[in-house]
Amino acid sequence: MRHIISILVENEAGALSRISNMFSARGYNIESLTVAPTEDASMSRMTVVTAGSEDVIEQITKQLNKLVEVVKVVDLSEAEHIERELMLIKVRAGARERDDMKRMADIFRGRIIDVSDNTYTIELTGDGRKLDAFIQALDQGAIVETVRTGASGIGRGNRVLRA
Amino acid sequence: MDRIKGLELTGAEIVVRCLQEEGVDTVFGYPGGAVLHIYDALFKQDKVRHVLVRHEQGAAHAADGYSRSSHKVGVCLVTSGPGVTNAVTGIATAYMDSIPMVIISGQVPTHAIGQDAFQECDTVGITRPCVKHNFLVKDVKELATTIKKAFYLATTGRPGPVLVDIPKDITALPCEFAYPESVSMRSYNPVRKGHAGQIKKAALLLAEAKRPMVYTGGGVILSNAAPRLTEFVRHTGFPCTNTLMGLGGYPATDKQFLGMLGMHGTYEANMAMQHCDVLLAIGARFDDRVIGNPAHFAQNPRKIIHIDIDPSSISKRVKVDVPIVGNVPEVLDELLKLARADAKTQDLKAWWKQIDEWRGKDCLRYDRHSKIIKPQFVIEKLYEVTGGDAFITSDVGQHQMWAAQFYKFDQPRRWINSGGLGTMGFGLPAAMGVRMANPGATVACVTGESSIQMCLQELSTCKQYRLPIKIVNLNNRYMGMVRQWQQFFHGNRYSESYMDALPDFVKLAEGYGHRGVQIDKPADVEPALREAFGRKDELVFMDFLTDQTENVYPMIPGGKGITEMILSEEL
Repeated sequence: MRHIISILVENEAGALSRISNMFSARGYNIESLTVAPTEDASMSRMTVVTAGSEDVIEQITKQLNKLVEVVKVVDLSEAEHIERELMLIKVRAGARERDDMKRMADIFRGRIIDVSDNTYTIELTGDGRKLDAFIQALDQGAIVETVRTGASGIGRGNRVLRA
Repeated sequence: MDRIKGLELTGAEIVVRCLQEEGVDTVFGYPGGAVLHIYDALFKQDKVRHVLVRHEQGAAHAADGYSRSSHKVGVCLVTSGPGVTNAVTGIATAYMDSIPMVIISGQVPTHAIGQDAFQECDTVGITRPCVKHNFLVKDVKELATTIKKAFYLATTGRPGPVLVDIPKDITALPCEFAYPESVSMRSYNPVRKGHAGQIKKAALLLAEAKRPMVYTGGGVILSNAAPRLTEFVRHTGFPCTNTLMGLGGYPATDKQFLGMLGMHGTYEANMAMQHCDVLLAIGARFDDRVIGNPAHFAQNPRKIIHIDIDPSSISKRVKVDVPIVGNVPEVLDELLKLARADAKTQDLKAWWKQIDEWRGKDCLRYDRHSKIIKPQFVIEKLYEVTGGDAFITSDVGQHQMWAAQFYKFDQPRRWINSGGLGTMGFGLPAAMGVRMANPGATVACVTGESSIQMCLQELSTCKQYRLPIKIVNLNNRYMGMVRQWQQFFHGNRYSESYMDALPDFVKLAEGYGHRGVQIDKPADVEPALREAFGRKDELVFMDFLTDQTENVYPMIPGGKGITEMILSEEL
């Protein structure tokens, strides 16, 4: 099953590779991984999307907690949470496709952030499925380039992850 | 709180002062370009003794043996590049067995890092998967605190090796020295006390058990919990088994001891593991060499209580009913209190009757009338001659298993072997560390003709420091355990497992300035051992020519269940 795990980690050189190393060394898979400092610059927050049985997820959580630089770990999928991912997608937008492409971006609440003679670059946020759906909805030949950040997640309401 | 203030030292002097502050008396190492300043600082003092090995792997194993036999932190010092890569096998060995060690490695100067400089390697990257934690010191102001953290991390929680990588320029820079008395890290807070509710649950389960079983591992040794374990087991009257790493945790000569369990464990220990109704696991991790196939292990229903300081060891391979995360001695104290408060006595007669039936198999029997030296016989005689009181290190293979089966360890920290990583070459350098930590003690290294050649160069170190280690070489001219697997599982095709062109070990020992002796008759085994152990100040290399076809029994084949043992057919 898919799980989304949030990790608070000391903002130190090597912390990211310690975490990704642990996943590869123990044969756990990483679907996506995002990381950036928090409001407290001494700490980073990481979101890892992974998949595995309950036993595997339990081990992942324990192994993460065992790493010296990891401050806190929470499996967001255990309760209500929100996740978002950002995609920048460059599409063909010549004279003929321009209007259609604009309409499609509007339907998905995307924003066109760069325009050239024959391309649009569209910014789109949402959960992974929404981004997938947008890609599906386009004519595959129209896609020039895609870049996605991977998911970031946060608990709903009073559910917080702090040091 | 800083204890010492206002003293300006160089980085190298700070390293040495930190070691002194930590009470380190011995460092095992090998000099090189990146650590020259540190060696210079060592030269100018006499509190920390440096032991010069002949290969950095030996330094790591020696520091490891020093720690295992003394409960102190083992320290080794190596240079950048090949210095530290040579030490990696030793670091990984310590990591797998959770041995508290601090490794100080030199690094090329800060400005040269990443430039593919001479003797540069990504030490932090290379060692990351085989240390508890590691540091690259980028500022001399952080040096003392980093070393303090290294010792703190190595010794607390689940212990392990910690590496501090220090660029050469940092060791030359001046800095005010202040050694912190303690450090705290918000991301690192190991638990000590177990959860009271869980301990109560465990006590209730154990009190109701009809067929209880205690299974303990290296965690009992590492946490110095052997006396409490013994008290607990004796009070309850439960049967007890130890893993390879846990030998000495419970006295092997006691009647409640069922011997070692696992792949080459005793019939009674393995049967009792499978057929108990409540299993108390302490500081052990249900690994593949211990319970075999976990699916087979799960076939028999039993309640499992697991005490361990590392939560990730619990429910990793086997689902546990009552997990107790905590330091073993503290949890055992609580359990013992509850057991003592419980007035009613458990009737375990039927269970012991069953166990005694299993014992009747006499699974460790071997041909005692053989004309060729049987390796088991050598270990039995070694046990007799040393009065069961020696420190025994071993390498890896058949000789290791025979030593574990036939030398009855009544005390912890006497059996020193590479259990997790299974490192050939461990025995001799580990024995050096043991002897350094225990001056005057009897130290023997049980090895084989293949293993001993992997760190043979340390015979030279033994000469330099006059380490009178007794080497018991069970020489069967084969990589015995490889040969055994090839016999059982590869149709007797002994692919590359025969040791051709072996050296004359007697001459070899003499070449290094030691005494060497070859023994080829069973009748000569005991006299040779007596003679060797009588020579208190000499290293004696005893080359025993043993039966080439002898196998280690019992044996659980890989992937099989714990009760699917192959037993000796002889006799």
